[in-house]
Amino acid sequence: MTTATPLLEIRNATKVYGGGFLQSGSRVVALQNFSMTIPEKPAVITTIAGESGSGKTTLANAILGFINLTAGQIFYRGQDITTLTGQDATNYRREVQAVFQDPYEVYNPFYRVKHIYDMVIAHLDLGYTKSQAREVIEQSLRVVGLRGEEVLEKYPHQLSGGQRQRVMVARAYMMNPKLIIADEPVSAVDASLRAMILDVMLKLRDDLGVSFLYITHDLSTAYQIGDDIFVLYQGSIAERGRTVDVIERPHHPYVQMLINSVPVPDPAVKWGAVLEGVADESLRATVESGCRFYPRCPSRMDRCLQAMPPLYAVDGHEQQAACYLYHK
Amino acid sequence: MIAQPASNFVRASQANREVVLDVRNLRIHYETPKGDVIAVNGISFQVYKGEIVGLVGESGCGKTTAAMGILQLVPSPGRILAGEILINGLDMLGLTGEELRERRWRELSLIPQGAMNSLNPVMRVRDQIGDAIITHEGQQPKDKLKARILELFALVGLPPRVYDLYPHELSGGMKQRACIAMAIALSPPVIIADEPTSALDVVVQRVVAQTLLDVKERLGVSMIMIGHDMGLQAQMVDRIIVMYAGNIVEVTPVFPAFHNPLHPYTQLLISSIPSIRERKPLKITTGLTHDLRNPPPGCSFQLRCPHVMDICKKTQPAMIEREPEHRVACYLYGKEEAKG
Amino acid sequence: MAESAIMQDLDTTTSKSARRFSRWDNPWFNTKFLIGAGMVLFIVLLGLVGPLFWDTRLARVGSAELNLPPMGITVEVDGIKYVGTAKNPLGTESNGRDMLALLITGAPMSLQVGVIAALIGMGVGIVLGSAAGYLGGWVDNVIRTLADSVITIPALAVLITISAYVRQIELSTMALILALFAWPAPTRFVRAQVLTLRERGYVRMARLSGVPPLEIMLKEMMPNMLPWIAASLSGNITGTILAASSLEALGLGPTRIPTLGMTIYYAIRAVAMLRGMWWWLGFPILTLTIIFVGFFLIATGLDEIANPRLRGVKA
Repeated sequence: MTTATPLLEIRNATKVYGGGFLQSGSRVVALQNFSMTIPEKPAVITTIAGESGSGKTTLANAILGFINLTAGQIFYRGQDITTLTGQDATNYRREVQAVFQDPYEVYNPFYRVKHIYDMVIAHLDLGYTKSQAREVIEQSLRVVGLRGEEVLEKYPHQLSGGQRQRVMVARAYMMNPKLIIADEPVSAVDASLRAMILDVMLKLRDDLGVSFLYITHDLSTAYQIGDDIFVLYQGSIAERGRTVDVIERPHHPYVQMLINSVPVPDPAVKWGAVLEGVADESLRATVESGCRFYPRCPSRMDRCLQAMPPLYAVDGHEQQAACYLYHK
Repeated sequence: MIAQPASNFVRASQANREVVLDVRNLRIHYETPKGDVIAVNGISFQVYKGEIVGLVGESGCGKTTAAMGILQLVPSPGRILAGEILINGLDMLGLTGEELRERRWRELSLIPQGAMNSLNPVMRVRDQIGDAIITHEGQQPKDKLKARILELFALVGLPPRVYDLYPHELSGGMKQRACIAMAIALSPPVIIADEPTSALDVVVQRVVAQTLLDVKERLGVSMIMIGHDMGLQAQMVDRIIVMYAGNIVEVTPVFPAFHNPLHPYTQLLISSIPSIRERKPLKITTGLTHDLRNPPPGCSFQLRCPHVMDICKKTQPAMIEREPEHRVACYLYGKEEAKG
Repeated sequence: MAESAIMQDLDTTTSKSARRFSRWDNPWFNTKFLIGAGMVLFIVLLGLVGPLFWDTRLARVGSAELNLPPMGITVEVDGIKYVGTAKNPLGTESNGRDMLALLITGAPMSLQVGVIAALIGMGVGIVLGSAAGYLGGWVDNVIRTLADSVITIPALAVLITISAYVRQIELSTMALILALFAWPAPTRFVRAQVLTLRERGYVRMARLSGVPPLEIMLKEMMPNMLPWIAASLSGNITGTILAASSLEALGLGPTRIPTLGMTIYYAIRAVAMLRGMWWWLGFPILTLTIIFVGFFLIATGLDEIANPRLRGVKA
């Protein structure tokens, strides 16, 4: 294990919304103490799994620079991303790409589809001449099963959702990035295309060494392609480790409940029992409160309310669960 | 992990089971400037009492259009061109506008997709359900109405305190259950649920799905569940209808659907489901390939079928019954051609 | 009676055959927009084409008989009977000016003042509003506070005061003075638009593609704001024309230029109504009304075009 600078390092990222004097809305801790490292090599697909409100979108927005953290830092190749300027900032934009969930919203309805390519060619120092660029675009489209003449001159509303999403993935591919933040890239896409897009992600990892941050609520697809997984619950990491370990042998009570609730596509294997109890966000107002899962946890203890449990090692490769059950 | 023998999943033969919904030869077209899109190509199926039937297929296959057609809610420029829709023998397409309005929620109700967003935000939940009842059954004495609404809440697992609440005061799962309550308010024999849990988190989805199953058990209501999530289908439905490009390609009880799918499309569908139980290589498929305005003659799946034969390109195959209750429209299983 | 959306849907959709796909679904064929545009066009043509058919020198003092009613009408003014003739189809006023000529020269001027002032206001609004919305922080706070404060100032009172001090008012001066109060509303409006658009997927995509902020505002946001800006502009124009006409009607406008407002001022000063000369007041007011209603309809129509849900189209 070398001590090379990691590609992306997140240290204790915390984001708190609202609650200030002039601000509207009560305080919500969207993300708390999130730490993660993605190495330069080898390329990995890291899944950030969680339900809505778990903080995964906040995390993505922070990495992409759309929001500022309340506390903690994000380092890209050793540099704090909030301090990047000039050439470094351009490099960051080129090397860290994104694919979003809604394949319609990401297109400006005023321009033709090729506009999304024109923007990056004009602003991100890709170093292509005009003819080279055209060739590279064609190549990237071929990877996702499309041809330039099919899509480039059309307007976004003239393409199907699946085509639009594929064009976005092709765009990300073309940039030859180091890291792609994929926020629910296949949720809005038909089952038949889902496999293709996920396959492209695997190809990018294996053939081009591109790492992914795969953000999703769908544990089934995460299980199919993720190397590592972080399961978030109301802003904090509930459990982390290798995807196979966490999904096959979950330790955190929330993760266990989550896995049990996923319907298995086999009528012979029945669903787990229902655990009633409405999602309770009452513990989310401050960073100091205890485990957010307390209200619904079947194994809750008094000490869980006092302070947020840290991550404890559990069996498995580097598997950790944030639960006092595993305090030794 | 308990494996159940297939026989447990096959109910008694057709003759002994009561048919509540009988759809015959339903044909729906969408008019566009460039020609008619054949959304539903003359499909026929039945729903028995007390069962949940899943209606699956990729987007564009016509499942939502067919369901909307049964409810007679097809948005323009769609038109029902032909067919019969019989609920307990009542001819729904023959009703006049007034009659239809009056009978619809009583014979057939709907839990629409994203139903929680269709609740009126400025009306209390109880008033919305109350309205549905009053509109179809006339004025009710207040205390009787209240008792009935509370009973509905109990059926769907909503606590009585919801009686006084507005939709925004409920969580997503509770809102969806309120919509289920509205759908069963008039005790219709058939409910159509269009992806009833798609907007919900996995854990809440489990709760709402269980509510639907409980409602089915206790009221003996039949349901058509439209969806993409094959996992959900596996856990909830008794039979599955598979549609492709406006046609029904296979009708089967749920166990054979997953363990012995007959139609090549169904096989493709089943093999590409990502599972949380085993890691397997991803199966790449292409989507709908032909223009729905101009389908090729013969089987609609011919352009993607790995087993395509000459006869498939000439005429559409008829539905053949291979096992009790397991029907498939494919020349691999027989040479019968569809009439007309 | 309010119902849930499901009930409403069921209520209205009972026929099993839907209407045929209509070619008249083109959103630009919006009744309000077309009527409004027609009205404004009429006024513009009146100003452009009018002088070709009618001698505008008749707008000068003393060019015609005094106090004539419109063609074919007999009216008693100050005890004397006057009969209208075809020579002055809309009548004349007590300075001998022909009404029709007054309208032909005055209408375009009233339009001009209003449009120029509104354009200046909108221009400033776009610049300040975009800066405030996109950059946020202290820039936003300063601009927002400034705009909000100016809005609370009683514009007409200040305008009256300013006009009273500025002796010689030209049309351009008038436009500038009006623009002073025409910029806050567009600023707030554009700011709100920019704030919304900023979070759009395609704007984020542009940010991720390294596009600098100014270019994002111009190339990504502006094209999508145009329908709303056009609608807002039309609304602004009615505001500025109203303000201009009000000032003029009080006598604070350009005295030597026969705008509609000034004509009204002279009419009021000459107690036209009580003396029976309803046409002196009436025709300018009618023309102003056509301009107002025209722009109002354009604004509402554009609103509907830009916002499909207002058209009753189920989105």
